[in-house]
Amino acid sequence: MNEAGSAELSIEALSGSPRRVRRERIISRAMFCTAFVSVVVSALIIYALFAEAWIFMRDVDWSATWGQIGWFPRRGIYDMPTLLVASLWTTAIAMVVAAPLGMGAAIYLSEYARPSHRAFFKPILEILAGIPSVVLGFFALLWLAPNVVAHIGGEGGRGSMLAAGIGVGILTIPLVASISEDAMAAVPKSLREASAGLGARRAVTTLRVVLPAAVSGLVASLIVAVSRALGETMVVFMAGGAADAAIKTYSPYDGSLTMPAAMASLASGTDQVVGEGLTFQSLFFVGLVLFMLTLGLNLIGDRFVARVREQY
Amino acid sequence: MTTGHDTRLDSFNDTGLDPFNTKGGRPEDPDMTATDQRADEPVLDPAAREGAELPTERTVIFDVEELNVYYGDFRAVRDASLKVHKNEITAFIGPSGCGKTTLLRCFNRMNDLIETARVTGSLRYHGVDLYHPKVDSVEVRRQIGMVFQKPNPFPKSIWANVAYGPRVAGLAKKGPAMDDIVENSLRKAALWDEVKDRLDENALGLSGGQQQRLCIARAIATDPDVLLMDEPCSALDPIATTRIEELMHGLKDDYSIVIVTHNMQQAARVSDRTAFFSVEVNPESDTRTGILVEYDSTQKMFSNPADERTENYVTGRFG
Repeated sequence: MNEAGSAELSIEALSGSPRRVRRERIISRAMFCTAFVSVVVSALIIYALFAEAWIFMRDVDWSATWGQIGWFPRRGIYDMPTLLVASLWTTAIAMVVAAPLGMGAAIYLSEYARPSHRAFFKPILEILAGIPSVVLGFFALLWLAPNVVAHIGGEGGRGSMLAAGIGVGILTIPLVASISEDAMAAVPKSLREASAGLGARRAVTTLRVVLPAAVSGLVASLIVAVSRALGETMVVFMAGGAADAAIKTYSPYDGSLTMPAAMASLASGTDQVVGEGLTFQSLFFVGLVLFMLTLGLNLIGDRFVARVREQY
Repeated sequence: MTTGHDTRLDSFNDTGLDPFNTKGGRPEDPDMTATDQRADEPVLDPAAREGAELPTERTVIFDVEELNVYYGDFRAVRDASLKVHKNEITAFIGPSGCGKTTLLRCFNRMNDLIETARVTGSLRYHGVDLYHPKVDSVEVRRQIGMVFQKPNPFPKSIWANVAYGPRVAGLAKKGPAMDDIVENSLRKAALWDEVKDRLDENALGLSGGQQQRLCIARAIATDPDVLLMDEPCSALDPIATTRIEELMHGLKDDYSIVIVTHNMQQAARVSDRTAFFSVEVNPESDTRTGILVEYDSTQKMFSNPADERTENYVTGRFG
């Protein structure tokens, strides 16, 4: 195409194959669509939640949601504090179990374990993570209640917030452990060497160098675990010691309904949801509260992480 | 300094950096300009040290005999024997993979951190077998400090970085005593004047050269006997490198220094003795084992080495 001696290029020589350019564009759009599906689904969920919850909030007699004797949705008594206290108790108990055990496991795996021990413990943690929550619900009700709860002041023969909380805690141990371990493994080896080179023992290195440097990941692991514990349904439904309705109680030895457990019992049952006019909508209202709680928790967590993180 | 010390070496040391000077102002010191000029003078040429024999009666700090280091079945260093002397700078040079860093990391038992590492032979520190079962590696590292290849300050404040070692060793708690240690260490590392107004700031905000001097300050804060330096300037620019080298000259009055370096000129500039390592390739297993080829005074190593391999290396014919 060139005249003799001319070094000029045509635009076409550098435009590439039109077919390949087109194919690349199609692939890029297809990938965008798949990513967009999750956005659409999220929006739909929020919409469904808000729509029904809105009906509840518009029509409910608000005095029925506060200061009542308990949660009796089929009789038009929607005492939210009952559910909130139960959720708080089970989540708190779960974290008392999961935070030390999960972080301890993470510290062991990341800082202490020899490769051979790691190869033994890590898969076991993963198996624990894979146990269906129904199984853990049974475990909490049939083993934890008589063998643990009964020995720390509770009754062994039935479910309770304590039994459910411990069960949820066991469920979240692998979650805390794996996120914490990732955070600690991301701390550069050179920092551990610096610390060791200054005559620090492993415990000191872990406490003063690794944990502060990994704090964002550690906090993240706790936040994820709290969200998971707040939202956990099956274990608290089975081992929480209450179904359909609950009397308000502040004692973790009693049975009660957490928010998701209350939702599960509303949505189950042979009679569908019958009762007072707004019973069905109360399910969505509880869901909305739960959603707002976990959302707020994540926002607070993000802020906290940004403030205390040691950048490396 | 011993009586047998050659005055020519003193002129080598004359960097204007008095390690006992704790009054500060060092970087602004008029002597500093003299130091800078020194860089252009033939002092850097090892030949200038011709005839400067090193005294042999100096205290031996490390006595290495027939040392072998293995990673699993792989032998990284074979039969190394040498003596490291007090208040000297000993340089390990050689091509990549020749085991010089591995050997250095035996001196403070840093190799213990590697699961598969194993050491045979004898390594005595002031006469004590460092690998005796009763010796605690943590205690060893309190006496033998280390500066690493890449500056690795903790993501903490400058103050907290320097205070880390003394705190861990229980030398001092927060307060005036610790403040003194921090200040003295930073002065010795020629960093005090640059950071005295921002001790609370994150150490990662410092430049690479400053970070490395902070790491040196951190290492000397525990008042060690020996400083091990693993290619301390390899991640730094020439100006920062010059500062670290000047610093080392000042530090050797207080400490004994062992430095691993890739840079032959650096070894020639800073060290009193040099050990040259080379690689031996096993044709059967295709593994590379480090061997100590020659160890002598730096002046001799660079002007008249006994081994042909050393000569080829220092004259740039290989490696």
